[in-house]
Amino acid sequence: MRFTIIAEMNGDLLHPTTYQLIGAISEIGSESIVICPNGKGSSEASKIKGVEKIISVNGDCFDLFDGSAWASAINSVCEGTIVASASPNGREIGSIIAAKRKIPIIQDVTAISSGITVTRPIYSGKATETLKINGDSVITLRPNAFESAEVGNDAPISIVDQTSDVRVAVIEAINKASERLDVTEADIIISGGRGMGSIDNFSHLESMADTLGAAVGASRAVVDEWGMPHRMQVGQTGKTVSPSLYIAVGISGAIQHLAGMRSSKYIVAINKDPDAPIFTVADYGIVASWEEALPILKSELMKLS
Amino acid sequence: MNIAVLLKQVPDTTAKITISNGKVDENSVSKWSMSPYDEYALESGLKMKEATGGNLIAITCGPERTKKMLTDAAAVGADTLIHISEDKVLDSTQVQNLLATVINNNEIEVVLCGKQAADTNAGSTGPGVAEILDAACVTMVSEVSFSENSFISVRPSNTGTEKVSTSGISVFTFDKGLSELRRPNVRGIMMAKKKVIETIKPEELGLGEDSDRIILQTQDSPAEKEPGQIFEGVGEIPTIVSKLRNEANVI
Ligand SMILES: Cc1cc2nc3c(=O)[nH]c(=O)nc-3n(C[C@H](O)[C@H](O)[C@H](O)COP(=O)(O)OP(=O)(O)OC[C@H]3O[C@@H](n4cnc5c(N)ncnc54)[C@H](O)[C@@H]3O)c2cc1C
Ligand SMILES: Nc1ncnc2c1ncn2[C@@H]1O[C@H](COP(=O)(O)O)[C@@H](O)[C@H]1O
Repeated sequence: MRFTIIAEMNGDLLHPTTYQLIGAISEIGSESIVICPNGKGSSEASKIKGVEKIISVNGDCFDLFDGSAWASAINSVCEGTIVASASPNGREIGSIIAAKRKIPIIQDVTAISSGITVTRPIYSGKATETLKINGDSVITLRPNAFESAEVGNDAPISIVDQTSDVRVAVIEAINKASERLDVTEADIIISGGRGMGSIDNFSHLESMADTLGAAVGASRAVVDEWGMPHRMQVGQTGKTVSPSLYIAVGISGAIQHLAGMRSSKYIVAINKDPDAPIFTVADYGIVASWEEALPILKSELMKLS
Repeated sequence: MNIAVLLKQVPDTTAKITISNGKVDENSVSKWSMSPYDEYALESGLKMKEATGGNLIAITCGPERTKKMLTDAAAVGADTLIHISEDKVLDSTQVQNLLATVINNNEIEVVLCGKQAADTNAGSTGPGVAEILDAACVTMVSEVSFSENSFISVRPSNTGTEKVSTSGISVFTFDKGLSELRRPNVRGIMMAKKKVIETIKPEELGLGEDSDRIILQTQDSPAEKEPGQIFEGVGEIPTIVSKLRNEANVI
């Protein structure tokens, strides 16, 4: 069985999930071909264990994001089962490649076994399903659900030039987002809800996020009612995240919020209501007001560094 | 201009999902709703229809119960309702082919859908349909408008958001938009009840039966987490921090 992995990029570097994609396929006993769009990251990828060879696909079509142009260029060198990150771009490119090859796509896989059988969450994490796939397919893997492959390899790199039609033109870049880490990128997220009292109080979360190198997230109540940017929203109609640590402050834990964060590895909740549903998913719950809890939490964290 | 909006009916986000004998029990779902992002696609379709004097065609593929959602779409202003009547669970390729065939048969210039459905959470359908139609595709947009023969949409970028343009037939998948969703009024609801739903059987679309490439083995409840430790007051914060550091290794 052949596997082709589409490397996920973070600027000019490989995104950490690329190591996880390679790790997941090694775990089921296969080597993979890794495609590096625009050649970026190919020498880094060639050093990862489990990589058979790298194909660096170069072309102008990678200058801006047009999923169908990227998919056309990448598709030309894919074979077998195609694996990408379940990031927004990975999902889009994967879907288009699947449609080109007339093969099914299974998104957001959280477990895989040889053969191949995959597991994915459905109904926003209220259930999971296990599927057996016959023949080739495209699968996208959920970030942070798989162990990373290690470094220690020197796989050959080949270069392929491709052109494809770009049909999307950027006419205006609108606002600059803050320098803060995006919630989908972060390994630690501190989210605030209506219990924070006002948008100004988010500065307390931001300063703690800076101490931890974390991203700041928000519940929908805060986004809708206080005008917090929607990209910070975690949940059903916001981002789905699975960081190592999720700290929920003044968030009740409505089912739609849980849908976006319940697969986090560790969850800490601070809420003054002992019956808040967020405590049903928390590994550690602190029943207290944030005014009382955050200063202590922050000073304990400061002691570590 | 013919505008298509693809609508999927899913268990309401508040509905409990019960598993019996290794399968989700659909009969126990208390309430079915339009998938949340599809509501934004529909709202944008209504705005575009009003701005261009176009015709808004709502399309769904699913069992009998999904007709109710089409009637709901008519109550806020969808003009034409098309139901691809299918009881079986289809794989991504099958659904996309059915939807794309209906889109082709209706001379549609723009297709609006959700960025992902609340049941699969996949996000496969919009880009897949675009590929089959040989259309331009922009995902996760918050708004779309039509001017001077091109579609202008707003999507996220690495540094914030960006306005992009596409021309020719285009597919847009919607994220939550800025606009308020409209609610039906009494007149809308009355008119919608009389609206005819065009029902199509997959066989009539002339698509060959695919062999089963995806075999469902089992559906389960999510793995139960070990119950957490809940502490009254702030006294245990140092213990929690030390556990996160030394046992969990996450800070
Ligand atoms: C279709 C649909 C989609 C949705 N999508 C999302 C989504 O993507 N994301 C999302 O988050 N929500 C979503 N929601 C909304 C969701 O149902 C809740 O309304 C929302 O999550 C509530 O936000 P909250 O927890 O901040 O506010 P609340 O529910 O008001 O909770 C505030 C909490 O703060 C606590 N509190 C108050 N004061 C303090 C204090 N001083 N210190 C500590 N704790 C305090 C309270 O005890 C309470 O538990 C969606 C709803 C629908 C219908
Ligand atoms: N069976 C269907 N009928 C109509 N539209 C659908 C169907 N399945 C998916 N869609 C549309 O495609 C979007 C993404 O669905 P999915 O690919 O399942 O995440 C949905 O939000 C709908 O707009």
